[in-house]
Amino acid sequence: MPGGLSFAEQLERLEAIVRRLEAEELDLDEALRLFEEGVERLRQARDRLTAAQARVKQVVADHAGNLRVEDFDP
Amino acid sequence: MGAPLDLFAGVAPEGAWTVSEVTRRARAVVEVGLPPLWVRGEISGFKAWQSGHWYFALRDRTSQIRCVMFQKDNRRLPAPPPDGMQVFVFGRPTVWEEKGELRLTVVELLSTERGGLWQLAFERAKAALAKDGLLDPARRRPLPPHPQRIAVVTSPDGAALRDIIAVARRRWPLAEVLVVPTKVQGDGAEQSVCDALALLGRIEDLDVAIVGRGGGSREDLWTFNSERIARAVAGAPVPVISAVGHETDVTLCDLVADHRAPTPSAAAEAATPDRTDVLAALSHLGARLGRGLATRAERTGQRLERTFDRLAAAVTLRLERDGHRLSAVSGRLDALSPLRILERGYSLARDADGRVLKRVAEFPPGRAFRLRVSDGEVPARVEAS
Repeated sequence: MPGGLSFAEQLERLEAIVRRLEAEELDLDEALRLFEEGVERLRQARDRLTAAQARVKQVVADHAGNLRVEDFDP
Repeated sequence: MGAPLDLFAGVAPEGAWTVSEVTRRARAVVEVGLPPLWVRGEISGFKAWQSGHWYFALRDRTSQIRCVMFQKDNRRLPAPPPDGMQVFVFGRPTVWEEKGELRLTVVELLSTERGGLWQLAFERAKAALAKDGLLDPARRRPLPPHPQRIAVVTSPDGAALRDIIAVARRRWPLAEVLVVPTKVQGDGAEQSVCDALALLGRIEDLDVAIVGRGGGSREDLWTFNSERIARAVAGAPVPVISAVGHETDVTLCDLVADHRAPTPSAAAEAATPDRTDVLAALSHLGARLGRGLATRAERTGQRLERTFDRLAAAVTLRLERDGHRLSAVSGRLDALSPLRILERGYSLARDADGRVLKRVAEFPPGRAFRLRVSDGEVPARVEAS
């Protein structure tokens, strides 16, 4: 996971970048930096979406009450 | 039924029946003579014992009959019947030998009122939930638009789970589906669902949970009308989607959940965005990003141009102003030049060393000096006396 961000967090960051770029008076330097970050986040988000394979797991509590996550075969 | 009454025989101890003999015989007679049957009447004097057995009387205008319904038979019912309820019971008439009472051992009990015991139990639990504010629509939490982890509380081998996994895989493969297995019907289902719901709070990074099962009979779905399950759903740490698989009957689980789905597939759709839509949204964001930068660059360009124009204007102005000052100064310098004075007809007398001679005393007779006029120097001498 890039930078440890969830997809939702990544998307939020991207939206914030776009909003700033659209609304704020920025130096060209700052605008370019934001743009580059935006493009990178966009690429990562798109990669995640296209590469993702859904995982199915099973949560099991043993007798001691410990939680285990196991592979699940439907 | 035995021999005709012989008063004399009755006196002899060995000729009289014991109480037990009579009740045992009566019981045999009743059980043989009256097969299991449906009886209609009104519930009266209902009492549930610690053992879980129910005792009550069934009565009409003129008569009554004692009834017992054992725990193994009454546990399938959602609620005990209140006194005064009109019911049908199916039972076996017998004689309760200990009390010498005619009794009905009830194995099934149906209310003749609309909805019956199910409705009654449902309404009671619903009222209790409403009293605690758990049915308030304002309590409903929004579902996360891009979930990372989805828990599914259901039977591990039901069609409901297969449907949910298929839909989630197709629409939103970013999510991890975590199956929390539970019984969904029959004995122990209520406890099992409550235990499974209690696990939700211990799963890290969980975004949303689906609780449900596929369609079934009203009795099959009854588990999800449990007040305990409803409270566990309301107390879940993440938004819960209820999918109890029945379009017409709303369960208590549906009522307290943050979102109600008519089927397990619909629940999976509610829990996930469609990947295609999100990709389209990303493209849109990309376009806005590009436009944003272009606008920003254009604005900066315009600002730069404006800045340049102002700079140029300032420099020109400065130059012009400085130009005026320069010519004024040079004019003044010019006016002060001694040569200009000489041009007007003055001349300057200096000695051999170049000192300017300004007084008569500096001109003794015979003194040689030089005279500076506008276009050169003339050697000169003071006349001898």
